[in-house]
Amino acid sequence: MEKTKINITDEVAIHISNMNKWYGNFHVLRDINLEVMRGERIVVCGPSGSGKSTLIRCINRLEEHQKGRIIVDGTELTTDLKNIDKIRSEVGMVFQHFNLFPHLTTLENCTLAPIWVRETPEKDAQDIAMEMLEKVKIPEQAHKYPGQLSGGQQQRVAIARSLCMKPRIMLFDEVTSALDPEMIKEVLDTMIQLAEDGMTMICVTHEMGFARQVADRVIFMDDGQIVEQNEPESFFNKPQSDRTKLFLSQILGH
Amino acid sequence: MSKIAFVQKNKIPPSPAPISEVGFIGWLKQNLFSSWFNTLLTLISIYFIFIILRDFIPWAWGGHWNTKSLRECLDLNPDVACFSVLTARWKQLLFGLYPAEEYWRPTVTFIFLILSMIPILFPKYFKFFWFSVIYPGLAIWLLWGGSIWGVGIVYIGLSLGIFTFILLLKLVSKNTVLAGIGALIFLIVFFMFFSNYLVNFLNIILPIALPPVESLKMGGFTLSLIVGITGIVASFPIGILLALGRQSNLPIIKMICVGFIEFIRGVPLITLLFVASVLLNYFLPPGTNFDIVLRVIIMVTFFSAAYMAEVIRGGLAGLPLGQHEASASLGLTYWQSQRLVIMPQALKISIPGIVNTFIGLFKDTTLVSIISLRDPVGLASTIRADQTWNGIYWELYVAIGLMFFIFCFGMSQYSQYLERKLKTDK
Ligand SMILES: Nc1ncnc2c1ncn2[C@@H]1O[C@H](COP(=O)(O)OP(=O)(O)OP(=O)(O)O)[C@@H](O)[C@H]1O
Ligand SMILES: [Mg+2]
Repeated sequence: MEKTKINITDEVAIHISNMNKWYGNFHVLRDINLEVMRGERIVVCGPSGSGKSTLIRCINRLEEHQKGRIIVDGTELTTDLKNIDKIRSEVGMVFQHFNLFPHLTTLENCTLAPIWVRETPEKDAQDIAMEMLEKVKIPEQAHKYPGQLSGGQQQRVAIARSLCMKPRIMLFDEVTSALDPEMIKEVLDTMIQLAEDGMTMICVTHEMGFARQVADRVIFMDDGQIVEQNEPESFFNKPQSDRTKLFLSQILGH
Repeated sequence: MSKIAFVQKNKIPPSPAPISEVGFIGWLKQNLFSSWFNTLLTLISIYFIFIILRDFIPWAWGGHWNTKSLRECLDLNPDVACFSVLTARWKQLLFGLYPAEEYWRPTVTFIFLILSMIPILFPKYFKFFWFSVIYPGLAIWLLWGGSIWGVGIVYIGLSLGIFTFILLLKLVSKNTVLAGIGALIFLIVFFMFFSNYLVNFLNIILPIALPPVESLKMGGFTLSLIVGITGIVASFPIGILLALGRQSNLPIIKMICVGFIEFIRGVPLITLLFVASVLLNYFLPPGTNFDIVLRVIIMVTFFSAAYMAEVIRGGLAGLPLGQHEASASLGLTYWQSQRLVIMPQALKISIPGIVNTFIGLFKDTTLVSIISLRDPVGLASTIRADQTWNGIYWELYVAIGLMFFIFCFGMSQYSQYLERKLKTDK
């Protein structure tokens, strides 16, 4: 792997060049090139199995890439565990199935990482946690366990939990697809608010309304490749590639 | 208006359930007489309970407590229990061959045991953990006697080691591994070169000692508790490490753990105990005096650690992958996420299996009688060999069974309490 010096300004949050990934012999991600600027909101969409989750999971090294480079917040992802832990603490991630820690209360879910990773004093961590829970509008659930909350509430706690680490980048992987319709809105509202606050976000989602409203750029993936990317307006109204057109007709058509 | 349209106009107020469905009668009906088959089972069970109690109660209730021998019991009334054997030999059943004038030592050790367990079992309400920390040393000193500095020096050394560790972290490097190695070197140097002098010195200025009691004198229920409790306490962390090791990505660690678990699980405990009692002497350099009780404890610990590892592995497998991913994505290191996220949940799932293993271990301590250590079961044979009590049978084993039952039932009850307490989903 050649190690050319890449010119990256402070404005670049994530830089991915020629990145490839295989699961065994299966080529999941092929020559991915992507540059995300600070404060940019990106929506990734594409058919099931196209590699969307794998792509964003590579950004915080939940999956390892085999070729190419990923530079997050100025730090390159290598096998160096130090770098990985550092990047993970700067990059928040929210999952489809919430993945809250069921043995801890909402508040403890939110304070765990700040206390152990950032070494924030417990009292301060709790203050931050309450602030974030207020931001996602469920401070009154602070002392309940995840199992006692509705899906929408759990997902908002998961967002608050990530925010407590004061991340500079947030990754969302289909965070509304496990939710009932009436709960989707409360989670999307939280994400819209985050976007308005200027967070750098990459969202894998099929919520096209959300994409139109907040995205700076929509990326369409198919078969492990980035097939098309554009501003939401042009992306939805004037898709270029046939695969994009097909996908959009399926998802918007009904 | 269409035919299927319907609107409810008046609200139906809630009314109490029929008498036959609630309260005691409801309970009886639901649980004991819900069908003709259930009713039949209930009646058969009641009959069996009746005949057992009909024979057992008069036998136990009218039992003799103060005769001098079994002969005397039989002469008085052969149909009732002869508990006199317990009156005569209870000290032996509890303490084995421990010197009679020193019985207070195991007794105090036992009382302290309870005190030291309380903060561990109920950490929310009792917070004097320092006692649980000094207890192991205190117990060893009380039971085996000798100079207090024999165990004291271990505590002094370890405290100094921890002190060195913190000092290194603060002053030299923030790296915990380096500081750990530094502290380890300190410990090795301390115990190889300085501890002896320090012990001698302390013995001169502050000679606190108890008459020594050798391991072969330990026996009875004291021995069961020594082996059982030490085994339980030691096998738990080893089991956790083995379970984690078995899931490790590092092939060597994985192989060692799998090999250990499979080997130990595949061999009967008795074999291991024989190895401990006989074979180990061949492998050790001649003249080494490796305490027999310690050897047994090590074998019992290994044995139950292997089982424990598999039980915990089951718990680990029961956790969704998302838990690992969530904790990793928050920046927690491997050990942090194991300790704070994975293990608390995996252990909670495994509580029934863990306690099962503990109970099994505790009862398996009776196997040491095979290698002629005097645990209660071994002592029962000794007592029965004595011609005063030759022929006694039920009374001894009922009493021994009862003692074990109390402890095992206690563990089981505690585990149920723990499961209820840790329930967080509703
Ligand atoms: N651990 C794995 N091992 C092998 N193949 C995998 C693994 N994880 C994912 N894949 C495969 O990689 C491809 C991309 O998966 P990925 O989860 O990234 O898709 P996705 O675009 O997120 O799909 P979806 O919309 O269904 O979530 C799929 O074909 C999937 O079967
Ligand atoms: Mg996906």
